Amino acid sequence: MRALLAIIHRDLLLVMRRKSEVLTAVFFFVVVTSLFPLGIGADAALLRKIAPGVIWVSALLSTLLGLHRMFAADYHDGALEQLALSPQPMVLLVAGKMIAHWIVCGLPLVLLAPIIGIQFDLDSNSLYVLMATLLLGTPVLSLLGSIGAALTLGVRGGGVLMSLIILPLYIPVLIFGAGAVYANSVGLDTSGHFSLLGALLILALAFIPWVSSAAVKIAIE
Amino acid sequence: MNPVNNPPFSNSRLINWFKLSSPSTFYPVAGKLIPLFWVLAALFGLAGLWVSFFVAPVDAVQGQGYRIIFIHVPASWMSMLIYLVMAAWAGLGLVFNTRLSAMMAQALAPVGAWMAFLSLWTGAFWGKPMWGAWWVWDARLTSELILLFLYLGFIALRASIDDSRRADKAAAILALVGVVNVPIIYFSVKWWNTLHQGASVSLTKAPAMAQTMLLGMLLMALCFWMYSIAVALMRVRVIILEREAHTDWVRQLSEVKS
Repeated sequence: MRALLAIIHRDLLLVMRRKSEVLTAVFFFVVVTSLFPLGIGADAALLRKIAPGVIWVSALLSTLLGLHRMFAADYHDGALEQLALSPQPMVLLVAGKMIAHWIVCGLPLVLLAPIIGIQFDLDSNSLYVLMATLLLGTPVLSLLGSIGAALTLGVRGGGVLMSLIILPLYIPVLIFGAGAVYANSVGLDTSGHFSLLGALLILALAFIPWVSSAAVKIAIE
Repeated sequence: MNPVNNPPFSNSRLINWFKLSSPSTFYPVAGKLIPLFWVLAALFGLAGLWVSFFVAPVDAVQGQGYRIIFIHVPASWMSMLIYLVMAAWAGLGLVFNTRLSAMMAQALAPVGAWMAFLSLWTGAFWGKPMWGAWWVWDARLTSELILLFLYLGFIALRASIDDSRRADKAAAILALVGVVNVPIIYFSVKWWNTLHQGASVSLTKAPAMAQTMLLGMLLMALCFWMYSIAVALMRVRVIILEREAHTDWVRQLSEVKS
């Protein structure tokens, strides 16, 4: 447990020393969501309708932007090999990196979502639902993304390849996340969406750290 | 009691199976099997096409246009099945560290990707006259599209890692992760209620189609099976030659020497 906290602390410290990288991904989220009204038009009814999808797709893309940072720097300077050689279980260390990634790339999106939502004229009830889906969904994005980040370590064109690998796997989260907000806005029950999102999160938490640590080991062996 | 008299028959059979997992023994065996599977594919294909064009009755609702089902459904089945088989081979390769398993997975990926593409393409041709649209955002169409993306991701990851052993393992992990998607495709009809018609063939209830239609579809499915196996074996032979080029037995082959 102390190893897990140490890894999270270390990754967060590294990020704080270079704030621009984090801010870039967050800023990207804000810019992309602001582009949609400019492209589509400022019709409030239309914006309300597309808001869940736009915000969720932007969240997907902005999570993707930060993924390469999860392992790549440590892979290049050899720190990842040192971690693999340490007596602590690799799964724990990889899980720590995922948690750090979520705090840096996922949590800001959850906190920013209401502000973006207001731009899209969502009512307060929809904003709560949007935040709740992002809170459940973004950890899944960080977890799933770690597989892609680990598999494409040190590979030609890693960034583009990672999006090709990871984005199809993000689709269920997108469907249920945006679906919950939409269902709420038309007055339907959202508990099913939340249950499925929760199920995805539990499944991802239970299996993906092992998959990712196996992928990291393949990359450094 | 007397182990000397025991003929090692059952034992030798077991060994024979394991022998096949070596590329040098599998290569000639695959070469002999390929013509057989091509012949079977041609036979099933001719029979299936004859049944589907001349025997199967005209559909009461969809007219002649429904006949694309005889290509569309087998292609969809194969695209899902090949993904499962590919993931199984990849998983075997990951667990037992056998080279041939990973090569089989590598050989199956393009075949499956073509099947997924064919399924989407024929689906569009079918959808235009029946629904009035080339594409609808229905659950099954969408999942088939995701399956195609998964295939492409597998092929792209495999191709961009130079070290073939690492590429095998990385692609195997990706295939196993993606295999979660295949049941989602299959059960998506139940999960999301959309305008795609429900599955017409099921094991639990009587099929909602004429017996001859079902026969034509099954014959075409067998044809697709044989075709896929033949093409996968041809691909795996090329992959073996490519990756075992440094070995003596490859250099001794007559097709390599000439």
